[in-house]
Amino acid sequence: MARKVSTTRKAVMTALAWGIAIVIFFPILWTILTSFKTEADAIASPPRFLDFDWTLQSYAEVQSRSNYFSHFLNSVIIALGSTAVGLLVAIPAAWSMAFQPARRTRDVLMWMLSTKMMPAVGVLIPIYILFQRFGLLDSRVGVLVVLMLINLPIIVWMLYTYFREIPAEILEAARMDGARLWDEIRHVLAPMAVPGIASTALLNVILAWNEAFWTLNLTTANAAPLTTFIAGYSSPEGLFYAKLSAASTMAIAPILILGWFSQKQLVRGLTFGAVK
Amino acid sequence: MGSITLQGVRKVFGDVEVIPGADLQIENGEFVVFVGPSGCGKSTLLRLIAGLEDVTSGRVLIDGRDVTQAPPARRGLAMVFQSYALYPHMTVRKNISFPLRMAGMDAAEQARRVDHAAGILNLTPYLDRRPGQLSGGQRQRVAIGRAIVREPSAFLFDEPLSNLDAALRVNMRVEISELHNKLKTTMVYVTHDQVEAMTMADKIVVLRAGRVEQVGSPLDLYRSPANRFVAGFIGSPNMNFIEGEAAARMGAHAIGVRPEHWNLSTTDGAFAGRVGVAEHLGSDTFLHVDLDGGTHVIARAAGEIPVDHGDRIWLTPQDGRIYRFGADGLAA
Ligand SMILES: Nc1ncnc2c1ncn2[C@@H]1O[C@H](COP(=O)(O)OP(=O)(O)O)[C@@H](O)[C@H]1O
Ligand SMILES: [Mg+2]
Repeated sequence: MARKVSTTRKAVMTALAWGIAIVIFFPILWTILTSFKTEADAIASPPRFLDFDWTLQSYAEVQSRSNYFSHFLNSVIIALGSTAVGLLVAIPAAWSMAFQPARRTRDVLMWMLSTKMMPAVGVLIPIYILFQRFGLLDSRVGVLVVLMLINLPIIVWMLYTYFREIPAEILEAARMDGARLWDEIRHVLAPMAVPGIASTALLNVILAWNEAFWTLNLTTANAAPLTTFIAGYSSPEGLFYAKLSAASTMAIAPILILGWFSQKQLVRGLTFGAVK
Repeated sequence: MGSITLQGVRKVFGDVEVIPGADLQIENGEFVVFVGPSGCGKSTLLRLIAGLEDVTSGRVLIDGRDVTQAPPARRGLAMVFQSYALYPHMTVRKNISFPLRMAGMDAAEQARRVDHAAGILNLTPYLDRRPGQLSGGQRQRVAIGRAIVREPSAFLFDEPLSNLDAALRVNMRVEISELHNKLKTTMVYVTHDQVEAMTMADKIVVLRAGRVEQVGSPLDLYRSPANRFVAGFIGSPNMNFIEGEAAARMGAHAIGVRPEHWNLSTTDGAFAGRVGVAEHLGSDTFLHVDLDGGTHVIARAAGEIPVDHGDRIWLTPQDGRIYRFGADGLAA
């Protein structure tokens, strides 16, 4: 009897989970479908789900009007670059906080995280002026540095939680076994830390790829990534849903594909190492 | 060889003095157990010997050589950790051979030693598994194997059995004792379990709050504890202490009688009381007795005794089995 109840419950939960997932995914699905419609079909009422004339026309127009690949390249450079530089700074920082904690380590960590609670727009003007003075507006280097700094607290926190999971006794065992510092890093620490670093890097690439506030405010053309590219199709010359959808699909496709193939690491990353 | 000498070893963490100053001599080939309640500094003392912590002052000598400043790897000691501390990404074979690889030993000799250790520890079928695929007892054996292959001058164990279930713990206890008989290498073993200490040790070091309370063979400590702390810590169930008038009559601040040293009677004796809980194990009977003065004591009698909850009972200490303690806790 008890078993039967729990089966029903399970079925209800599964249905509910699917329902919620479909509701959340629906706008993305609709965007993708719309990108294959003509502008007329895109605004047809009642809306047409699958029975429209599938066409690549919007993609062709988007590509001919703006150079997708240069934006794509900017997105790649900014996302990968800010992640690489961020890791370079964060790995030693998280390392020392995890393995050589000082009296104020936790306070420093909290303070770093607290900067994420501040609304970004609060520092837009000072950063904009700084960028102007240093000639960094619409430069890849500028955006890369800002995104690196914006995400740094999260990278440090994630790495810190991963490194803390490495038991100190294992490092001590290695020391007892005659490992010198370099052996310890190479044979014990690195292999145990790599999965954590990989998930952190992955999550950071996604965060940087999707970041819209700073990229929209600090770039116009040369350094503009895909977020700016989509924005260019939204309002000014009236709404063209099919083209906007095509642009959006092209912008999210790479990261969606990346996310799909790395689901496992991603879930690990998003739970901040809490679930093994 | 593997004699270890501690001379005035002191350890301070921040402003907490964990080891106020320890002097100790461990002879080559001895099985020495550090025992004491949790937090008394056993692990710290072991880690000072290992070199995983720096001494605040004092000297550590191994085979007469001053190793106080030497890093862990240079001390020729092997350690088995409470958490096993296996390398999770390496196979059992790689785990066991790790210290040999670090020493740059040639592959043939490595393989010979690993196979030999695996044979001793019944690990041969598991050499290609990872630690995650092993049971607790097997992991513990891998940790021991990793220590054996180095042929260290002494083994250090930090509560190696405390993560195992009770039955396995008894088996591993015997295995480690057998290993000591086979290898005849010095072993320093930390535990909070006095039964482990009594059953395994050649020499027990009783620690309290970082101080060495007494050093001696298990039966030395059982027969002539230096103070009330050692008397209460060694032996199971614990020694009974009676204070007040009864003790004063015997010229002591407190007297101690072990549970197994009472003569029981249902008619008369030195102390009268009422039976609380009676535990009938068949081989033994444990009686929890509330003496008329208000003191609670435990008596252990061999075999089956027809006494139950609520019965009146008289307890008399056996001749020569009364321990007397002064107000300072020292044996009088
Ligand atoms: N790295 C450390 N920093 C500060 N205090 C410590 C450190 N290691 C141990 N202690 C303290 O030293 C005391 C003894 O610890 P330990 O040697 O681990 O005890 P035991 O192994 O006997 O349970 C404890 O009070 C513990 O809190
Ligand atoms: Mg301990």
